[in-house]
Amino acid sequence: MIFGKKRKVVTKLENDGLKAEEKELFCDLPPRTYKGLGKYVEKFLNWARANSLWILGFGTGCGAIELRPLMTARYDMFRYGIAPRPTPRQSSVFIIGGYASIKTIKRIVRSYEQMQSPKFVIALGSCTINGGMYWDSYNTVNRIDYYIPVDIYIAGCMPRPEAIIAGFEALKKRIIAGKAEGANKYAENFSWYKANQKKIIKDWNMPDYNW
Amino acid sequence: MNSVTLILIGNAILSLFLITIWGLTLNGMVMKIVARVHGRFGPPVWQPFLDIIKNNAKRTMIAHGTMFFLGPVFRIASGIGTYLFIPAIFGSTVFSNFSFSGDVFLVMYFIFFGQLGMALGAGESGHPYSPIGVSRGLAQMTAFEVPFSLAVISLAVQYNTLSITEIVAAQQGSILNWTIFTNPLAAIAALIALLGMNMHNPFSIVIAPQEIPIGPPTEYHSAYLGMLQTNRAIFNIAKLVLYMNLFFGGATNFITLILKTFLIYIFTSVAVGVAFPRFRTEQSIRFFLKYPALIGLLAIIIVSIK
Repeated sequence: MIFGKKRKVVTKLENDGLKAEEKELFCDLPPRTYKGLGKYVEKFLNWARANSLWILGFGTGCGAIELRPLMTARYDMFRYGIAPRPTPRQSSVFIIGGYASIKTIKRIVRSYEQMQSPKFVIALGSCTINGGMYWDSYNTVNRIDYYIPVDIYIAGCMPRPEAIIAGFEALKKRIIAGKAEGANKYAENFSWYKANQKKIIKDWNMPDYNW
Repeated sequence: MNSVTLILIGNAILSLFLITIWGLTLNGMVMKIVARVHGRFGPPVWQPFLDIIKNNAKRTMIAHGTMFFLGPVFRIASGIGTYLFIPAIFGSTVFSNFSFSGDVFLVMYFIFFGQLGMALGAGESGHPYSPIGVSRGLAQMTAFEVPFSLAVISLAVQYNTLSITEIVAAQQGSILNWTIFTNPLAAIAALIALLGMNMHNPFSIVIAPQEIPIGPPTEYHSAYLGMLQTNRAIFNIAKLVLYMNLFFGGATNFITLILKTFLIYIFTSVAVGVAFPRFRTEQSIRFFLKYPALIGLLAIIIVSIK
């Protein structure tokens, strides 16, 4: 990190040294890539996925405030097949609602890994793209896609609900075109993502595999 | 297996398929209607189908143990079981399902069964919101079973039978033969119990959005959730068909079934649901054990005096 302070080196993960029956509580395998089910089936499934986007809102910054009006009568995201979902297990779109501090990037990684593939990520606001107004802050992450793969960035400080809906439409096009394979990208470059995450998270006290 | 059994099974599969399609469409229509009440446009009517396709098409799945895996299986078994023992259309061979002379009791058991299976499955998921939802669900179910059982006993005394087909047969002829006119007290008690069964507001304490995120199925995902959603449609329509048979004269064709179940659902659950906020757990349980239970008791007394 910036101040050259010696970081605590974690050698023992939570999976280590557990009894055999408790080991089942953690996953021992790294993620793997998944192939589609064939051209036409996958096209149909992608269309279904694009029209049923369940979002997990990660309200880090001011972006969460812009998400609320989407659910109300004025912007009504339900008509586009978008619905909020309270748990990462069931949702397919992860929305990072603004800047991510080093403390929250840990939670972001855990939530992202608990989501079931195929999963998509939308990052809101300039803070997630290059740090925005926090670019030289000591505890804020500048680029989200060093840590988890991002499908769509929505620029702005903060983007209006209309911009977010436009972002969802762009995500839909990407899913239908079969390009939104973030989960596979994460699995392919797993060691790179983990190295980046460990570089920035000082107190790494969670298992490497969180699902 | 002889040909009669095969035809029976084929008919049951066909009737289950049609009723699943109608149940999912009904859920989509209700989502749309609720949205219009809120002043929104709401999701398209086919949204439940898309959600189920998407959930079943998820590529990864996690198991938390055997019981976790069996939870949705029990749930969907209860939904299908409830439907398959109700004669859906009076006088139709395809829709008579596996009804027999004591089916009303078996159906009552099946309504209970799914929640018990789900309680075991959700308990193993280890998420703290699951047991909260489960304990609320079981408590509320015990409470609304009281007026419902009393109403069914009242019907059994009135018609001197435990067969749904015979109860429907006794209501044919005129609209005034319907149980809701011949035994209004039992109908009122049972319709209030239906509010609890359908878990719309004010009795939405199990799923309780924004309170305990979504209760028992918090950890369920992918195909597990797809199964639970399919079951939600089948179970919902099965209960509506049961009520249609018991209190609203049954149906003699599929169009009547569609119309009657839609109207029962809209006027008993959805209209109440959009107009009232949520009860607390203890309020909901006390509500069922007070007036609806008394009305159910009165219904039995009046019918037995006659």
